[in-house]
Amino acid sequence: MTLEVSDLQVYYRTLRGDVRALDGPTFGLADGEIMGLAGESGSGKSTLSKSLIRLDGRMRYIGGSVTLDGDEVPIWDDQAMNEFRYKRISLIPQYAMSAMNPTRKIGKMIAELLESRGVRFRDTRDELHRRLELVGLQRDVLDRYPLELSGGMKQRTVMVISTLLNPSLLIADEVTSALDVSTQRAVAETLVEFRDRRFVKSMIVVTHDISLVYQIADTIMVMYAGRLAEKASAKTIIEMPKHPYTKMLLDSLPEVGVKYEDKRLSGIPGSPPGLLKPPQGCRFRDRCPLADKQCLEQPPFVEVERDHHVACWKAE
Amino acid sequence: MRKYFGRKIFVYLLTFFAAVTINWMIPRLMPGDPIKSRLARASLTDATAAEALYEYFNNMFGLDQPLWQQYLNFWWSLLQGDLGISIWNFPTPVTDLIMGAVPYSLGLLLPSIILSWFVGNWFGAYAARSKWLDNTILPLGYVLTATPYMWLALLLAWSLGIVAGLFPAAGSYGLSLQPAFTWTFISSLLSHWFLPFLSLFLVALGGWAIGMRNMIIYELESEYSNYLQALGAPRRLVRRYAFRNAMLPQITGLAVQLGTVVAGALLTEIVFSYQGLGYLILQAIQNQDFFLLQGTFLFIVIGVLIANFIIDVVYVLVDPRVRVQMQGGAK
Ligand SMILES: Nc1ncnc2c1ncn2[C@@H]1O[C@H](COP(=O)(O)OP(=O)(O)O)[C@@H](O)[C@H]1O
Ligand code: SF4
Ligand SMILES: [Mg+2]
Repeated sequence: MTLEVSDLQVYYRTLRGDVRALDGPTFGLADGEIMGLAGESGSGKSTLSKSLIRLDGRMRYIGGSVTLDGDEVPIWDDQAMNEFRYKRISLIPQYAMSAMNPTRKIGKMIAELLESRGVRFRDTRDELHRRLELVGLQRDVLDRYPLELSGGMKQRTVMVISTLLNPSLLIADEVTSALDVSTQRAVAETLVEFRDRRFVKSMIVVTHDISLVYQIADTIMVMYAGRLAEKASAKTIIEMPKHPYTKMLLDSLPEVGVKYEDKRLSGIPGSPPGLLKPPQGCRFRDRCPLADKQCLEQPPFVEVERDHHVACWKAE
Repeated sequence: MRKYFGRKIFVYLLTFFAAVTINWMIPRLMPGDPIKSRLARASLTDATAAEALYEYFNNMFGLDQPLWQQYLNFWWSLLQGDLGISIWNFPTPVTDLIMGAVPYSLGLLLPSIILSWFVGNWFGAYAARSKWLDNTILPLGYVLTATPYMWLALLLAWSLGIVAGLFPAAGSYGLSLQPAFTWTFISSLLSHWFLPFLSLFLVALGGWAIGMRNMIIYELESEYSNYLQALGAPRRLVRRYAFRNAMLPQITGLAVQLGTVVAGALLTEIVFSYQGLGYLILQAIQNQDFFLLQGTFLFIVIGVLIANFIIDVVYVLVDPRVRVQMQGGAK
């Protein structure tokens, strides 16, 4: 296992109380695994991915543990986390378009970033050139300002920067949502290529769009209201989902492989519960057609078949 | 880039032409007759002598000519650097009066703007990184910027000048002195300079500090800062980038402020009876001296136009984003 997350709890402290945005997920990520992380907006995907690299100012670590390649990751300690960041855990941010300092030439920025992390830029330069070429960029992008690059070029540059130090874990949060369909596909293929070339060991690819992640992910994990609903191989999730929420999520999507234009998204009726005072028991209860008394108690996230985990009383 | 500056220069020339024309028109539309009022104050009893003098002055200032002739004359002498002769301080040429006032205005404004810029930015940058400083500087800065300049100036003149008697509160130098390169004159000059300088310095300080602090905090929360921090970049690097980017608007701001220098600090010079350009304007208005008024205004207009052109250049030089866009970047 590259990554093991156990009972992780991260809340947002607000004036009105704690928002339980991440309430105890437990899961693992195997070596070489690309995991798609899916769920409606507000289900806690970003909170989970940020927790693994850098808590933002409003997030509070409450409990649980994270290990990477056998080492404990001190996500509650911003200083100690610096050792892990970039070198072992890296991210491609949602805002790749504006991730680079607008007033620095890209090459200079990369050099300053690397040197500040104790990596000699000169020793990395050749590899940097090779990887830029691999994603179809000329090395002279290094002499340009971010403004001089098109959106797709910026996206690819950031992907190269983020993975330059061969991290064990790469987190990509909604990296494709701002792109057009053909660029989305190219970005997705690049991610797979980076894994195949061992630039990164394992990956968490966050998306609210299951059909996109299906093309590249080995496994898919579905979140609902700060908790895990289901995790299994991508094929299993698409073809034989067990959690009622996963089923409805898939039904709301066009057939995998069918273009969006052909079918309108129907969406799932109702909306997720607020996480300030989440309901007792299964958080999907008010929207679930199968809900009954038993669901007043929280269903555990258990392995119902080999490598197929579900949190639902009715999933046998 | 050449096209950009070519267009700018054209606009500036057009503005200049319009400004000169308006400038020529306004005093002529003002009520009252400057020569009559001047003669009235000379209180001549002999009516024929008054008549003769009136003719003489009118002739001399060219007011008896048709308007279009006056307008052409105006341009012609302007191009020769001749702004006419002052009525208030007859017969000193307006150009001489302006040149005599300019050093005082510059001596007041340049140091106060530049020093307040440096000190303000320095405080602001520190406030952005220390809670303690932030909690003291920020409220102080807001109080300073919110204080009307008039109050601040009068308060300083009254407290440090009149009550404490530390500095003279009026004039450019001691009344009994003549400008000379002597220690007595220079020390008198400096002590008269201090209060108006301090008032301008203080009133600008808070604005710079608050601006810098807010810009840095904005940059520190921007996405490139977030990305750097997620990649474990040390605070030092993140701060350096934020500081540099926050400086860009401040540099442009400084250029804009320096552009106002030529306009003088009318209020300051009135409160402290300091004999710069602002003081000249006041005298010109009070004495209906429209040559002087025209001359000072023209001087200011030309100065503002030049300053603005420099600002345009600075703006392009300082920020790579603007530079790149002008050379036709990718997007
Ligand atoms: N700064 C914040 N303060 C309070 N609640 C927040 C904050 N950010 C996110 N949340 C809440 O946390 C939950 C999870 O959000 P997020 O992780 O952004 O979801 P996703 O990425 O799946 O859309 C949501 O209910 C959201 O309202
Ligand atoms: S536990 Fe109950 S409410 Fe929750 S998903 Fe399963 S059946 Fe529905
Ligand atoms: Mg999100």
